[in-house]
Amino acid sequence: MSQAKVTMNVRKIGDKASIVDIQGEVNASAENALMDAYTQTSSGGARAIILNFGGLEYMNSSGIGLLVTLLIRVNRQKQRLLAFGLSEHYRQIFELTRLNEAIRIYENEADALAAVN
Amino acid sequence: MSTTPTQPQDTGTTGVSPTPRDAAYWAKPVDKLKVSDVPSGALNLNVEGKHVVGPLQGFGQLWQKTYRVRLAGATGAPADVVKVWKEKLPAFMPADSRFYPSITGIQPGEVVLINANLPGVPMPVSTGVMILYADDVSFTVMTPEGHPESGFNTFSAFEEDGVTVAQIQSLARANDPIYEFGFRFMGGAKQQEKIWRHVLTTLAAHFNVAAQVDMTKTCVDARLQWSQARNVWHNAIIRTTLNTPGRLARRLFKR
Repeated sequence: MSQAKVTMNVRKIGDKASIVDIQGEVNASAENALMDAYTQTSSGGARAIILNFGGLEYMNSSGIGLLVTLLIRVNRQKQRLLAFGLSEHYRQIFELTRLNEAIRIYENEADALAAVN
Repeated sequence: MSTTPTQPQDTGTTGVSPTPRDAAYWAKPVDKLKVSDVPSGALNLNVEGKHVVGPLQGFGQLWQKTYRVRLAGATGAPADVVKVWKEKLPAFMPADSRFYPSITGIQPGEVVLINANLPGVPMPVSTGVMILYADDVSFTVMTPEGHPESGFNTFSAFEEDGVTVAQIQSLARANDPIYEFGFRFMGGAKQQEKIWRHVLTTLAAHFNVAAQVDMTKTCVDARLQWSQARNVWHNAIIRTTLNTPGRLARRLFKR
């Protein structure tokens, strides 16, 4: 497998939410980074996990698979998964793969946080 | 297939930005599937007009199954292996599970028709898949409504410790309760595993490698999605069976 070319920075927003800023490439090699970020958000007690795709540079179908497995984990913990910062291209991929039916997509961080609150 | 997209893209929210590197690899958004040409010998039912469905839309337990074969001693790099895989996919399938790519081949957005024998079903079932994603080292198919599974199958190759590894990874659940029963209690899951082992073994043989296929599986979501039970309306087994008498009659009267 190729080396991960992604960083995921976790920001805790109040008691309820955490934002994961994704910068780089989301493919199979991003699995550890994504799941580590999720563990950080959960250990902080977040009930809503918000993915910021503003820095997304590349995503393949394995990356979509990772998001599916993350979503299942989030649902199992009765948490919510939201997203913002998707370009039109990645919005279309979310629609094509029907991820948009399970992950609410917002224009920007403020809108996503307003939905959580 | 173009691999170097250059057209600028209006993102709608952040102004004009360069087209992402992956843009050429993804299928264009589709509402319903369209079969542009039907390869000779293929039965085309249960694909035209269907929506695609992913791992979130099906009924049964969600499984991730990974099959791998190490092509030790083969000279092919990952891109060479996937190039051959795309070109010869039908030849790598077992005789009772026929794949019919379009003339265009394995390209994003294209439909591959499938005529397959399923356990307990007396006639070949007609279905298909859409090529969701295809780059130089992988391609992924996504299933339509009515297909036995709802999800993705990714065929890829990569290098590990200096050896090219060919891999098939599925992330899918049974599409409806009938299929879930078939996978669990009528040998469907075993047959599926047998098919992908056959594909990897045949691919390895093409590169003059006789190697064992390793498989790992994880139940990602053990819950049944009862809200999706109505998917049975699209069930390809039922629809192929119901279509058969009419199809045979039409063939008879054509003579």
